[in-house]
Amino acid sequence: MSGGTSSIGDVSERITAADVVKVAKLARLDITPENLERTTAQLAGMLEHFADIDALDLDGVEPMTQPYPLQNVFREDVVLPSLDRAEVLAAAPAAEDGRFRVPPIMGLDG
Amino acid sequence: MSDTTTADVAPLSAAQIASGVRSGTLKAVDVLEQHLGRIAAREGDVHAFNLVMADEARAAATAIDAAVAAGNDPGPLAGVPLALKDNMCTRGIPTTCSSKILEGWKPPYDATVVTKLAAAGAVTVGKTNLDEFAMGSSTENSAFGPTRNPLDLNRVPGGSSGGSAAAVAAGFASVSLGSDTGGSIRQPAALCGVVGVKPTYGYVSRYGLVAFASSLDQIGPFTGNVEDAALLMDIIGGHDAMDSTSIPEPQPSLMEAITHGVEGMRIGRITDLPRGADPDVVERLELAFEALQAAGATIVDVEVPAFGYGLTAYYLIAPSEASSNLARYDGVRYGMRVDAPDTNTMYSTTREAGFGEEVQRRIMLGTYALSAGYYDAYYGKALKVRRLIADDFDRAYTKADVLLTPTSPTVAFEFGSKGDDPLAMYLCDVYTIPTNLAGHPGMSVPYGTGQHGLPIGVQILAGTLGEPAMFRAGAALERSLA
Repeated sequence: MSGGTSSIGDVSERITAADVVKVAKLARLDITPENLERTTAQLAGMLEHFADIDALDLDGVEPMTQPYPLQNVFREDVVLPSLDRAEVLAAAPAAEDGRFRVPPIMGLDG
Repeated sequence: MSDTTTADVAPLSAAQIASGVRSGTLKAVDVLEQHLGRIAAREGDVHAFNLVMADEARAAATAIDAAVAAGNDPGPLAGVPLALKDNMCTRGIPTTCSSKILEGWKPPYDATVVTKLAAAGAVTVGKTNLDEFAMGSSTENSAFGPTRNPLDLNRVPGGSSGGSAAAVAAGFASVSLGSDTGGSIRQPAALCGVVGVKPTYGYVSRYGLVAFASSLDQIGPFTGNVEDAALLMDIIGGHDAMDSTSIPEPQPSLMEAITHGVEGMRIGRITDLPRGADPDVVERLELAFEALQAAGATIVDVEVPAFGYGLTAYYLIAPSEASSNLARYDGVRYGMRVDAPDTNTMYSTTREAGFGEEVQRRIMLGTYALSAGYYDAYYGKALKVRRLIADDFDRAYTKADVLLTPTSPTVAFEFGSKGDDPLAMYLCDVYTIPTNLAGHPGMSVPYGTGQHGLPIGVQILAGTLGEPAMFRAGAALERSLA
């Protein structure tokens, strides 16, 4: 991970088609070659716009992760009804013996 | 608006419908048939709905009339026709988020808001169209085709809750629910000429709302007037053990709040608000300030210096959260699957086929912003900007009780007019986004018309749990037009 001082203006200049391919793989999206150039250009355009916040002095500013601070939200430790298994599995593309059915995990893609 | 199918003179408010049905002077089935009649006449043009639930609605309305006949009270929304944005779970009823990836999926449970509204006697007439997974500002990004603005079919209704706004504006439903992550209730409310409310984050349970950006999403009502919005808020608000981010503090009645005027209230004008609103929008906003002053409020100048950085912070934070939330659509547990010889290939082919272009763009942006080497420069920095914005608002709210801004920089725009540039569409939400980042409430109240005779909304903003003051100002604005 890079240091906290890197600016958006600096890193966004580096976004390339190879970066986009890598991000698509991380996001489990099957990006097509004809969309690659367009997606790269659109992402670069957005990141360029986002460099406006480089102008702000953010030293010592506490990151805000939630808008209404609540801590340690617990409920009573009692058994409550849960979702009906048959109803849940009925909504799945494939199910077998009370479980979700999927293709082999270790397949052609490794 | 022309209405050729029903003979009703002025549409009744939700409060009037409920009052009439509870007292037996109105039949829920008659109210419903009026609304279904308008749907039959105009839904083909407007396309507000992904699903019209006529049979279920008729059964519910019949049951309500039977309850009244038996001497029972069906509740404060007795017989009120309701539309639900199609990203709220309804047990056994398809919930699509206007995405191919969830087409045909029937949730195994109801959202908390759905349970509460049914218990209050509301009659659900259908599930409304939206930008896929609530990502957009025009409802053009629906996998099932766009919704048209009932006031001008060549123009968008706004978004992402465009179907819910259009349903109320067209008289298909008396009230509806939407969700607002960056303006998705307030902006379409403004463009369709109805009231739209984004409550304080945590005011309304998100249980059963399909997640887009969890730290920003909030459910709220669309209504024809401010009183109906207060009525709905009093019913859907409140703590829910099923949503750990819902606020445990009690919420004062907004129906009570709107009985008070704005005498002595301080209305803030943001002097450093980003420019760019059309002249007709600015003119209506000025008239709104004058109306509140005439009603006894004081206008004060405030500064919110970080307001203009909201767009950047939002478009780093919301896609980051979305990239994580939407990881669950992998072809395993629900929705569609594209078969493949192994799971990894199945994930990527399913997601490529199931998600539309804008959703994929935001997943990519969010994944990039969270990826190793870029996290600090993008996501980490955006969270700090979020703090600056919230702190700036909090300072402004020491001087003012509420703030007034435009809701949308323009009136409803024509289809396709934002072209191929995602940023042009994102700028529609420049005035609504900062509120979501701060977690504060905001509402849009229709305030006259501008270019082409199209409606203009004024946005009222308040601090955390500032709904009573916000609603008082909203009611005063509405009264000033009467």
